[in-house]
Amino acid sequence: MRDAEGATTMTISRRHFLKALGIGGAASALAACAQMPGERTRGAHVVVVGGGSGGATAAKYLRRFDPDLRVTLVEPNATYHTCYGSNWVLGGIRQMDGIVQTYGTLRDIHGVNVIQDTVTGIDADARKVTLAGGQTLDYDRLVVSPGIDFNWEAAAHGTSANTVEQIPHAWKAGPQTALLRRQLEAMPDGGVFVMVAPPNPFRCPPGPYERASMVAHYFKTHKPRSKVLILDVKERFSKQGLFMAGWKENYGDMIEWVSANDGGMVQSINPTQKIAVSDGGLNRFNADVLNYIPPQKAGQVAHDAGLTNESGWCPVNQVTFESSIHPGIHVIGDASIAGAMPKSGHSANSQGKLVAAAIVNTLKGRDPVAPSMVNTCYSLITPDWGISVAAVYRFDDGSIKGVEGAGGVSPADADRNFRMLEANYTRGWYDSITTDIWG
Amino acid sequence: MKYTKLAAVALTATLGGLMVSQSALAEVTRGELMAQTCMACHGSVGTGPDATIPSLSRGFPRDLMIQNMRAFRDGTRAATVMDRHATGYTDEEIQLLADYFDARR
Repeated sequence: MRDAEGATTMTISRRHFLKALGIGGAASALAACAQMPGERTRGAHVVVVGGGSGGATAAKYLRRFDPDLRVTLVEPNATYHTCYGSNWVLGGIRQMDGIVQTYGTLRDIHGVNVIQDTVTGIDADARKVTLAGGQTLDYDRLVVSPGIDFNWEAAAHGTSANTVEQIPHAWKAGPQTALLRRQLEAMPDGGVFVMVAPPNPFRCPPGPYERASMVAHYFKTHKPRSKVLILDVKERFSKQGLFMAGWKENYGDMIEWVSANDGGMVQSINPTQKIAVSDGGLNRFNADVLNYIPPQKAGQVAHDAGLTNESGWCPVNQVTFESSIHPGIHVIGDASIAGAMPKSGHSANSQGKLVAAAIVNTLKGRDPVAPSMVNTCYSLITPDWGISVAAVYRFDDGSIKGVEGAGGVSPADADRNFRMLEANYTRGWYDSITTDIWG
Repeated sequence: MKYTKLAAVALTATLGGLMVSQSALAEVTRGELMAQTCMACHGSVGTGPDATIPSLSRGFPRDLMIQNMRAFRDGTRAATVMDRHATGYTDEEIQLLADYFDARR
């Protein structure tokens, strides 16, 4: 924390100066009394839209980097279920209440004004945010961290926002996660779980494959005659070698991955009969539980605010994450186009810190900080078998790039003990990053 | 340098009859931002509920951090993931990190 850092340098020298100049606690108290609640007498006002990994991090670190800033976080829900960890719920190794986060600490300890409401409009010119409850918020800087929404126009025929109860996506954690878990629990032994994996780019690149692993873990322990079938529109996926070796080692032939070229490119789905069809009707896959993960785009609020381009995602300055379309608005997390960084909770966390630093410095007329970001995506293949991919990011030659020679995936030839250590670190990472964001 | 600016602003504040907030001078430095990225895994508060990953929330001795990060980077210290992170930092950046965490002890 800044105050801790300052304890040995700035704060002491400041105290000496203020003492020497006759400015003390009494004057400060008077000044505080003179302020009307909500009056704009102190720092600038930054509004953050979205209380997920990116937005909550930004709100907390804005207050940490500059305790005089007024920070308002707008989030529609009272609690937040992290997508990371939600596959563990599907695997039966964690309960729903083990992936839920709340906003009390941000409000009570970090001084963030948390408003539970939905944004209905963003006026980039007037610098105003309007909320469904009727409130209007003026901002000096706006951070938009809306996560993802589904691109149903590009989705398989037969699917829509209305079919998610029959064939859950569970790609936004919460009720969808619980629903898919219930379907898995209700499935008879010997059944087939079919997952249709999304096209790039999408939230959490290793996520579908960790999910397949966790469902297989549940089947192996409870329904050993069952199968996991992944139908993919892609030819390769994140940590592929590690996943496939881990599957073989732990689950034999329970998990089957079908690439696009091998007939995995699903074109239509019958949600009632739970049938996925590929290759113009050549292949029909019957599922007992069908998990359709649709193509994705930036969260709807970003589209409504005109922050997206033709790709469906938000172009941003790669140093400050300020929108290339609307000045004064920064977009972070899954919704943003962030060079080599994957759409992950850890990326969003790292971007939240960067944008907080960029805003604090900009408001003070200082130069933005040179980007320094990291990402580690851990995945569990079994509760005792973890794998990871890591990278360190810098701004280089106009874009965000992984530092050459750094990062990469877990070693292919690691022993069981190494995998177990990484499984422990996977859970440790969850505890630490969620504390860093919401704690 | 911060000292001088602080004096100047404090003086201005007195003359102008205005209060100066401490953070009016604060600037987020590269070392500070870089160090915050460590906290995603290495515990932003206390020791946390997780005992498997060492916490940096109460700082870390400068020399030891430089030694450890170089050892991870050079492969002379075994690691699961820190070798892959440490290779992303130059000597100068490791020193910035070490300075930051040393000051937090």
